[in-house]
Amino acid sequence: MTDILNVKNLSIIRNDHSIIDDLSFDVQKGETLAIIGPNGAGKTTLLRAILGLIQYKGTVTWKRGVKIGYVPQRLFIENDVPLTTKEFFNIKQKDTTKIINVLEAVGLSGKSTELKDTEKHILNNKLGNLSGGELQRVLIAWSLLGDPDILLYDEPTSGVDIAGEETVYTMLEKLKKDRGLTIILISHEIEIVRHFTTTVLCLNKEKVCYGAPQEVITQKTIDKLFGEEVGFYGHNHKF
Amino acid sequence: MIIDNPFVLIIVSSLIAAASAYVGSFMVLKRMSLVGDALSHVALPGMAIAIAFGVSPIIGAFVALTVAIVGIWYMEETSENYPEALVGIFFTASLAIGVLITSEAELLEALFGSIEKMSLIEGITSGILSIFIILIARRYIKPLLISVVSKELALSTGFNMKKINLLYYFLVGVVVSLGVRFVGTLLMGALVVVPAASAKNISQSFKSYYLLSVAIGVVSSLLGIFIAKSLSLEIGPIVVIASIFMYLVTYVIKLVRGK
Repeated sequence: MTDILNVKNLSIIRNDHSIIDDLSFDVQKGETLAIIGPNGAGKTTLLRAILGLIQYKGTVTWKRGVKIGYVPQRLFIENDVPLTTKEFFNIKQKDTTKIINVLEAVGLSGKSTELKDTEKHILNNKLGNLSGGELQRVLIAWSLLGDPDILLYDEPTSGVDIAGEETVYTMLEKLKKDRGLTIILISHEIEIVRHFTTTVLCLNKEKVCYGAPQEVITQKTIDKLFGEEVGFYGHNHKF
Repeated sequence: MIIDNPFVLIIVSSLIAAASAYVGSFMVLKRMSLVGDALSHVALPGMAIAIAFGVSPIIGAFVALTVAIVGIWYMEETSENYPEALVGIFFTASLAIGVLITSEAELLEALFGSIEKMSLIEGITSGILSIFIILIARRYIKPLLISVVSKELALSTGFNMKKINLLYYFLVGVVVSLGVRFVGTLLMGALVVVPAASAKNISQSFKSYYLLSVAIGVVSSLLGIFIAKSLSLEIGPIVVIASIFMYLVTYVIKLVRGK
């Protein structure tokens, strides 16, 4: 297998505080890597660093020519922002057929949904009028334009209710299979991570655990990562 | 020579109003309306110094605004929390200093505008610059729009947002410098912000938003000039009142639609 991403001795310091300390890992083609950890563990910062959006020490090496799709964390778009979903897609792609294609890939078009309904409810609707789940799928669809090799998702299920969550992951699985994608995602949901990922990186400023989920997600590592009071099903308290 | 031809006056003011509204449409979406308003106050000390040296006040305003804009840009790029209070303090300070150093004769004109006293050269230059502002802002419409949705998304798409933001603020600086001659430093914020805020009330898409914003800017300036001329009143304040009137109309439309 070939490395698509190699991170070596990555350290990030902000305002004299160490956010991430000497972190090394790599990602292979076809892998689904989940980064888990408590709030403030540096997960989003890590994602930003490997995207090159912030400064860091150490090395981040992407395979040459690799195309990256990125879905940021929690977007709040107020419903008075005059921007339709179609205009949002048009920033990246003018061709409506290609837009419909990616909307089909994320389940917002095709099958039971008539094209004119997609146009009315999604494309010609304001971005701020979409539900949390729809917006999440639209952002994923947006990241798929330009055929990326790897997707970076920051909390792919934030803003989506628990029933919708499973389907987002099922969708990610399908996307991965259909498009030969590599995925790096941030998550709080340990149970889901266990089922859907090939590798887990537990992060709390430094690497707490790293490996296949069956091997590394144990009560011991969870205690170390989140503190003793959180159990395996700790994600429930979020709702 | 001053602009005494009403036709030239109308064209120049419409172009300035259109450029202000276009640039302002991003300012409103970026939630920087108050900064846009306060920014125009910085022009005053620059204008006073320029007049003292016998240079066009537009150039003085532009130099002062450029300094302020680089400051805002730097603070936005480097600090986690946008120092809004600092912006307010700095801008009101420059207004106070400006009032003190501007001669009494010039003060009213600087505060509330005097487009009729603009020289023909100033008028033509302002018109041409306004067209350039619209064309340049249009060229960067994509990154400006994505950054309204998410700064990270814009950066991850490969746009150099630092440069684009600086360029955008620079355009704001030029447009405000042109506008202070039209409606004055106290009211220029209205020319930038009010048309966009009005258009936002009734727009469902970005296309209708920016087109309406420009249209409302131009119509309020024409309406203002027409009323001011017929009633022999100052143009600047009447143009601003006309644009506020347009805002109220769009607000009522929004309320009626919402029912």
